[in-house]
Amino acid sequence: MSKVNIKIEGVPYQVEEGITILQAARQCGYEIPTLCSFHDGECSRGSCRVCLVEATGARGLVASCVYPVSEGMEVKISSPKALEARRYSVEVILSNHASNCQACDKNGRCELLHVAKLVGAREDMFKGEKTETTYDELSPSIIRDTSKCILCGRCIVRCEQAHGKGVLGFINRGFDTIVGPVNNISLAESPCLMCGQCVSVCPTGALMSKPEYDAIYHAMASGKHVIVQTAPAVRAALGEEFGLPIGTPVTGKMVAALKRLGFEKVYDTDFGADLTIMEEATELLNRVKNGGVLPMITSCSPGWINYGETYYADLLPHISSCKSPHMMQGAILKSYYAQQKGIDPKDIFVVSIMPCTAKKFEKERPQMIKDGIKDVDAVVTTRELSDMIKRAGILFNKLPDEEYDQDIMGEYTGAAVIFGVTGGVMEAALRTAYYVLEGKEHDPIEFKEVRGFEAIKEASLEMGGMTVNVAVTSGMKNAKVLLDQIKDGTSKYHFIEIMCCPGGCVNGGGQPYIRHCFLPNENLDIIDNYRQKRADALYSEDERQAVRQSHNNEQIKELYDKFLGEPNSHLAHELLHTTYQGRDTFRVGSVTQKESEIPSRVRGHRA
Amino acid sequence: MAHLNDAAAARIKEICDSYAHEKTPLIMILSDIQNEFGYIPVDVQEAVSDYTGISVPEIHGVVTFYSLFSQEPKGKYVIGCCLGTACYVKGAQKVIDQFCEILGIQPGETTEDGLFSIDALRCLGACAAAPAVTINGKIYSRVKVNEVAGIIAEYRQKGGEA
Ligand code: SF4
Ligand code: SF4
Ligand code: FES
Repeated sequence: MSKVNIKIEGVPYQVEEGITILQAARQCGYEIPTLCSFHDGECSRGSCRVCLVEATGARGLVASCVYPVSEGMEVKISSPKALEARRYSVEVILSNHASNCQACDKNGRCELLHVAKLVGAREDMFKGEKTETTYDELSPSIIRDTSKCILCGRCIVRCEQAHGKGVLGFINRGFDTIVGPVNNISLAESPCLMCGQCVSVCPTGALMSKPEYDAIYHAMASGKHVIVQTAPAVRAALGEEFGLPIGTPVTGKMVAALKRLGFEKVYDTDFGADLTIMEEATELLNRVKNGGVLPMITSCSPGWINYGETYYADLLPHISSCKSPHMMQGAILKSYYAQQKGIDPKDIFVVSIMPCTAKKFEKERPQMIKDGIKDVDAVVTTRELSDMIKRAGILFNKLPDEEYDQDIMGEYTGAAVIFGVTGGVMEAALRTAYYVLEGKEHDPIEFKEVRGFEAIKEASLEMGGMTVNVAVTSGMKNAKVLLDQIKDGTSKYHFIEIMCCPGGCVNGGGQPYIRHCFLPNENLDIIDNYRQKRADALYSEDERQAVRQSHNNEQIKELYDKFLGEPNSHLAHELLHTTYQGRDTFRVGSVTQKESEIPSRVRGHRA
Repeated sequence: MAHLNDAAAARIKEICDSYAHEKTPLIMILSDIQNEFGYIPVDVQEAVSDYTGISVPEIHGVVTFYSLFSQEPKGKYVIGCCLGTACYVKGAQKVIDQFCEILGIQPGETTEDGLFSIDALRCLGACAAAPAVTINGKIYSRVKVNEVAGIIAEYRQKGGEA
């Protein structure tokens, strides 16, 4: 890569040719305010004008997020002209923005407030009419409040990556422009997967996860037996909310915090993950043995399930019937645990701490509610948990490390911990499938072929006298490739792992936001490698575990001995397995009503 | 696109295919569909997405951006009332209000019998004819409020004939 000589504020630097002024400035140690750009150009539209600087060779001010550096360029970030222009840009955006910041969930993580402070925005500089607001809270997972939207378009780009086909877009023009699903219908009525990837890039409070704090506090106040479980990926990221470096595992402190928040019991969803492996590996081997539908696809990711149900209804028999780990654990808490402890299941309230917003939706599925009793009662994201901890006055970093409750379902294996990263479920399943087929443990324990963040990973493994072909992917854009192969009859795989969020749960829509402006101590490439750092935290915990295969979890064995019988038994099916149902892309509104009417309308009377 | 009948789906595919060699075919495809079917509902946008690979939200963005596209079926007779400056000064607001009152619809809507829609237009460039009204391309000049009923009656008489 050839270099060019530039000057910023009169100081000479050498930077790579072709990069933007913004990238160059960051490398040289400056922060230029930005709003619409994300991930060095992932979606720079150059539309917000918050990043304006002066540059020689250009007429007037330029948007540094899109303007490339060139030889001899002199950049001025701090000239009075640039300072004033940036301030105006932010003030214009603020003029069409709701001003109830104290009540906004993004408070403390809002990039608009951050840049407003940076540029010194004044109050009410441009008073006038505001665009009519849509407040959509019909989705169990996500709240969309257009009064906070700055039309940056980041969510549109991210949604298209995660969802493949895309749900969000610009609607209308000029002052009436909003961002939403077609015809501004509710996300609940759109083909939204509830994955929350859009939430994780939104700079403001326009897209937020839907909190469930009140239900939890209410359950505690009314004397219910409130149990909490934590998904593997949470421990790898929660520390970020308390200023710890990305990739710091905080399992012990998280458990300590939960105990201080008033939960009766603190368990690890990893127990549920081990249970999932027992059920899923057995299901797979049965399908292989009995000529069942193959390839079998994992079912842990509710965002993926939403996608499959919407776009690949004819492939639903391929999806494992296993519930996801936290739903399995919920079902066991309300049956076996309740029985062991002599508690009425109706008095148990299960809270899941998840890196995921789609889990909020998943727990409401009718298949997950039996006789009016839900497997899981509330889902809290990693971000929301940090808010609960702060609200309770707990100084997280000062907490001691504490242990999960050990009774009944306290044990978990390394195999379960890695569920939180793409390839983890596959690797955990392979460890157990290998043992079942070969009668001995795989050596080495790891199956590193399925690790990493490539779009599609595949491996062929010899076990039990057969070659097992597996594939792993995440993000629906990538999954579509594998699904279309199945549709065409060209899929060569036996087992496929699909996760909705790109990179798996470590990058879930409920995880802490990754923003340069809020992470001044991280390196510039953090936006490229935060997923790896979080994944490393999980792989290292796997290595530290004494037991690293699900089938060696003693409490799981006990659960089968005392209660379930064997994997895939009748009772296991009743409690731990589920069904799927195809559905429409758009579920209400102008397009789904009265099917019979529409064909004639489309033919039209002018034809 | 589950809701489209086969004939409509086939025709939309034909239109999409006919622009396959274009770099930015979307506007042309949508114009053809608008002209032929009279409107572009979401089901059709989904079909276009399936045939072109352009995402539904992006197509929807274009459909809602340009006033020439409509998601609702238009009436057989589309009444366009110019509200440009010249027409407005000459009382165009009263004219459009009269159309709305007699037909019982608002600008952008269509009568229940599917006969009439009313659009509020920006300048038609027919300022000499202010206030100007167009009906399916035919221009009515210097329309007076008391002529509106007669104009509507004229088209009512034609009724559903082509
Ligand atoms: S939750 Fe996921 S699928 Fe739904 S709009 Fe956001 S990014 Fe798209
Ligand atoms: S909802 Fe958020 S991410 Fe999407 S355009 Fe608005 S401000 Fe940007
Ligand atoms: S960040 Fe550069 S124009 Fe928005």
